[in-house]
Amino acid sequence: MPVNVIDGRREWRLRDRRGTLLRWLGTFAAVLLFGISMQYISSLTIWEFVADSGRQIGDLFGRMFPPQWSYAPRLWGPLWDTVNIATIGTLVAVIVAVPITFLAARNTTPHAVVRLAALLVIVVSRSVNSLIWALIIVALIGPGVLSGIIAISLRAVGFISKLLYEAVEEINQEQVEAMLATGASKLQVIAYAILPQIRPTFVGVSVFRWDINIREATVLGLVGAGGIGFQLNSAINLLLWDRASLIFAMILVLVVLSEAISARIRQAIT
Amino acid sequence: MAAEPTPVRRWSPPPLIGNPVLRWLALLGVVAYLVLATGSIEINWVRVARGLERSQRLISEFLRPDFVSRWSHIQRGILESLAMAVSSTLIGTLLCIPFGLGAARNVSTPVVYMLCRVVIVLARSFQEVIIAIFFVVMVGFGPLAGMLTLSLATVGFLAKLLAEAIENTDPTQIEAMRATGANWLQIIVYGVVPQVFPRFVGLAVYRLDQNFRNSAVIGIVGAGGIGAVLTTAMSRYDYSVAGAILMTIVLLVLLAEYASGIIRARLQ
Repeated sequence: MPVNVIDGRREWRLRDRRGTLLRWLGTFAAVLLFGISMQYISSLTIWEFVADSGRQIGDLFGRMFPPQWSYAPRLWGPLWDTVNIATIGTLVAVIVAVPITFLAARNTTPHAVVRLAALLVIVVSRSVNSLIWALIIVALIGPGVLSGIIAISLRAVGFISKLLYEAVEEINQEQVEAMLATGASKLQVIAYAILPQIRPTFVGVSVFRWDINIREATVLGLVGAGGIGFQLNSAINLLLWDRASLIFAMILVLVVLSEAISARIRQAIT
Repeated sequence: MAAEPTPVRRWSPPPLIGNPVLRWLALLGVVAYLVLATGSIEINWVRVARGLERSQRLISEFLRPDFVSRWSHIQRGILESLAMAVSSTLIGTLLCIPFGLGAARNVSTPVVYMLCRVVIVLARSFQEVIIAIFFVVMVGFGPLAGMLTLSLATVGFLAKLLAEAIENTDPTQIEAMRATGANWLQIIVYGVVPQVFPRFVGLAVYRLDQNFRNSAVIGIVGAGGIGAVLTTAMSRYDYSVAGAILMTIVLLVLLAEYASGIIRARLQ
C-alpha cells in the first residue's frame, strides 16, 4: 500500500500515483469509446420510431395476451424436432470433436502441421455462430431438420474440441509415461491413460454444450433450418402475436428445463 | 512332462454404471431415443443430392471472396457491430450491478431476490435473436435495436455470474464489517466489491468479445450490424460477397478473442 507524505504527515492511499492515473485513463478511454459508439448508433436511428416505442410495445403485449392455447397441439412436433436437432447435433459434434481434440492437443498430436490444421478447424468452427452456419447449410442442402443438425454440430465441434484439448494438455503426464514404459501403443495410451483423466471434463462440456444447443436450436427455424423457430417466424410474419407468445412460453419452459437438467448432471459428476 | 498351460487372465476396465440392469436399460433408452428421433427427420434426398451437386460451385464462390464490390456495406456493418458491442457491454455492465446484488442471496431480501432472479432467467433463456425481434418492433430496424438486445443479454449473463460471485464471497469479512456497525452500502463497498471486482472485470471483458460475436447474428432479424449485410448477401445469392463477410467475421472474432484474452490475463 502506498503512503504519501504531505507536509510531514503520512497519508494512506489505496493506490499509488501511477495506478490512479492508469485507472483514470482507462475510464476516460471507455467513456470516450462509449460516446463515439452511441453517437454512431444514434446517427443511424430513426428517432420518430423510438418515440413511438411505448405505444408499440403496449400494443404488442395487448396482442400477445391471451396466448392462443388452441394452437399448442400443432407445436409438439416442432418442439420435438428442436430437441432432436440439439441432441443429435451434440452427439455428432462429440463424435467429430474427439479425434480433432487429440490432433490439436500439444502432447498427443502426431505432427505440428497437423496440430495447426486442427486448430484452424476449431477456430473457424467457433467463430461462426450456429445461425450463420444454418444460413449456409440451408443454401447448400435446402431447409429442414437435417440442416439444423449439421449447423448445430458445425458450431459445437469447435467449442467441445477447444475445451477438451485444453484439458488434455493439462493432464498428469506421469500416467502416460508409466503406460509408455510398459510398451503400450499410442492408441492404448490415449484409451487408458488420457481418456480416464479427461472423462469428467468430457461429460461436463458435452452436457453444457447440449443445453446451449437447445437454446440455439429454438431460433434455427428463422432461417429455415427446422424446429420451432419456423413456426415462430411464420407467426411473426402473419402478425399472429397471440400465437407467437404461446411459442415464446414453450421456448422458455424448454430452455429452463434443459438448463436445470444440464446443471444437475454437471453437479453430479464434479 | 508337459508344461502346464498358463491360465489366460483378461482384464477389462470397470463399467461406467455398476448395476448391469441399469446399464442395459440406459443403453436401451438411448437406442430407443435415437431410433425415434432419427425416424422423425424428414430428409429430402433429392434436394440434398441436388444441393451437393451445386455445393461445389457454391463453395468455390465462398472461397473466392469478393471484398471489393460491396466494401462500403461491409465496412458499415463492421462499424455498426463494433459500436453495438462496445456500447451494449458498458450499458449491460452498469445495469447488471443492481440485478447482481439483488440476486445474491447473502446481501438481498427474499422478495428482491425472486424479482431479480426472474429478470435474469427471462433475459438468459431467450436466444438473442428472439429478444432482437422485440426490440426491432419497439424501436425500428437498425443498430439501436441491436444495442438494446445485446445490453439485455449482457445483463442476464453478467448479473447471474456476479450474483454467484457475491454468494461465494468470504462471509467472515462481511461479518467483521457488520460487527463494526457498518451499514449495507458500506458492507457492499468495502466487504464485497474488493472480493468480486477482479473476476467481474474479467467477465465484462469476456462479454465484450461475446457481444461482438452475437452482433453478427441479430442482423438476421433486422437489428443491424455485420449480420444484416451477410443476410442481404446470402439472399441475393451473392456468395462471394458472403464469403468475404464470413472471413471478415472470423478474423475480427479472432482478434477480439485474442485482445480480450490479453486484457483478462493482465487484469488477473
